[in-house]
Amino acid sequence: MNNSAYWKHLDHRADIGIQGVGPGLDQAVAQAGLALMAVMCDLELIRRIESRYIDLQGHDPELLFFDFLNELIFLVSAEGFVYSGLEVNIHNGRLQATVLGEPLDNSRHRPAVEVKGASFNGLQVRQDKNGQYIVSCIVDV
Amino acid sequence: MSMQKPVRTSSYIYRLEPEGPMRVPGFIFADDELLADMEADVFRQVANVATLPGIVHGALAMPDAHLGYGFPIGGVGAFDPHQGGVVSAGGVGFDIACGVRTLVTGIHKDRVLAERKALADLMYQNIPAGLGTRKGLKISSSEMDRMLAQGGRWAVGKGYGTSSDLEKTEEGGTAYGADPGAVSDKARKRLDRELGTLGSGNHYLEIQAIQEIFDDNAAQAFGLRKDDVVISIHCGSRGLGHQVATEFIRLMVQESSRQNIRLPDRDLACAPIFSDTGQQYLGAMRAAINCALANRQILAHLARETFETVFPGARVSLLYDVCHNTCREEDHETGGRKAGLFVHRKGATRAFGPGHPDLPSVYRQVGQPVLIGGSMGTSSYIMAGTSEGMHLSFGSACHGAGRVMSRKQAVKKYPGRQVIDHLQKMNIEVRSHSFKGLSEEAPEAYKDVSRVVEVSHNSSLARKVARLKPMICIKG
Repeated sequence: MNNSAYWKHLDHRADIGIQGVGPGLDQAVAQAGLALMAVMCDLELIRRIESRYIDLQGHDPELLFFDFLNELIFLVSAEGFVYSGLEVNIHNGRLQATVLGEPLDNSRHRPAVEVKGASFNGLQVRQDKNGQYIVSCIVDV
Repeated sequence: MSMQKPVRTSSYIYRLEPEGPMRVPGFIFADDELLADMEADVFRQVANVATLPGIVHGALAMPDAHLGYGFPIGGVGAFDPHQGGVVSAGGVGFDIACGVRTLVTGIHKDRVLAERKALADLMYQNIPAGLGTRKGLKISSSEMDRMLAQGGRWAVGKGYGTSSDLEKTEEGGTAYGADPGAVSDKARKRLDRELGTLGSGNHYLEIQAIQEIFDDNAAQAFGLRKDDVVISIHCGSRGLGHQVATEFIRLMVQESSRQNIRLPDRDLACAPIFSDTGQQYLGAMRAAINCALANRQILAHLARETFETVFPGARVSLLYDVCHNTCREEDHETGGRKAGLFVHRKGATRAFGPGHPDLPSVYRQVGQPVLIGGSMGTSSYIMAGTSEGMHLSFGSACHGAGRVMSRKQAVKKYPGRQVIDHLQKMNIEVRSHSFKGLSEEAPEAYKDVSRVVEVSHNSSLARKVARLKPMICIKG
């Protein structure tokens, strides 16, 4: 089994797709969260000097992933918090995450487009034949 | 549902026959070229919309249609509440009441050309834009309630603009039936210091020259003279509207399954208009419309003040303000009778024809001004609503160009610096908060807006009045 975890952006004509891949659901979801942030800012410009916490419940893994993305969007949009590190733990329908980053500084972070929300379009939580977790979603920008 | 190809039934209308769970046909307004440009999934989305309960006449796609969530962007659907009709949060979209507002300045383009760098710098300084600007208004919770209930009227009451602006705004500047109580704390929090800001992505403020007049009579009624300059603002309800959409799309997914509504696509999640969820959404969505109207009213005021600083004595007046992501209760004739319908327009502009009682008296003879935004560096258009459009599309027309290239591809292909140089060669001053944002919005990433407008005109959805050429573009 491949143990590497990574994220990527997927082509979509009007908006943009995000995808996280990892050996476990936790890592895949964390990677997708980083892909989301990378739509807005270059992750390398974001220092990890503060943390925020997310705690969610839900038994449908897709809905839980959907809610998690929207919580991250809320952090950026309402609290002006940008991040470059994510630790995610999903157990028994409960998702707990530590989000590592700092307050948005426009001059330093040079943010591009803001993400408005996660959609159900392309929303997917699955395992490939090697057991790798792949989670993806199209986000509205 | 099998994937059928739309069949041409008249010069600019293609039809999808109702089959399987479709309750009505699909109608796509296009020519062969625009139709070929549309992804096959757009037709699937039109067919999906046609399956929703209570839909009347047909599921429609405007000439700028492209792939959306649930509904295509450029999608129009009208629902009869007395036939089990539904309201769909996805059918309105994430940026509730995103729209365009155009102001007439009465100043000749040569005067603006001479001052264009100074004007661009000052606009850039005075119009808060970009992601996370936090340079907007800070308002108390009770003030927020009043803003969400009254929209543009609230903004004018606070000194942003004049009451004559309200006459030139859809619904007189206030979406009635708004329920501020249905807007969550989270949605309110996302508006913290964001009211009176432009946002990012495809939102902009442009100073444009009127390059061509197609319809003298309507141009005169709209106060448009060739070579004069206008100001156009494209933006929406900011984070508040996005959050309302997010929360209700999720809620409606659960509601649809509770109501046993079979959804071909979860993004089509909806609720019966006569249901608690449906009513709550309508109340929250109308509050978000008011948020967008207040936002554009404030921005228009800032732009007007800025313009009048550079050109003392200029009289900057509002031409009109249109929303292109809404669901509105309107009276329409369908099947030989008049009915109150809930018309979803997602990436589509209301385009009421001459004589409509909702139009301000100065425009009633010629029809509603329909404001079509182009992409950066390309033309924008001003059109007018038609009587034919009232029957063809519930009084709706296109809203803009529509993307043809993904953001990812555009970033690879058009570096931000190159976009600025290219536009400068065309005598367009650009000010932007983000190079990457500029790449994503490169003009080449969009369809040719002129073609979209041409088909809208030829199919009588709306008629051409004037073409605008950008001179200054402020981007988020």
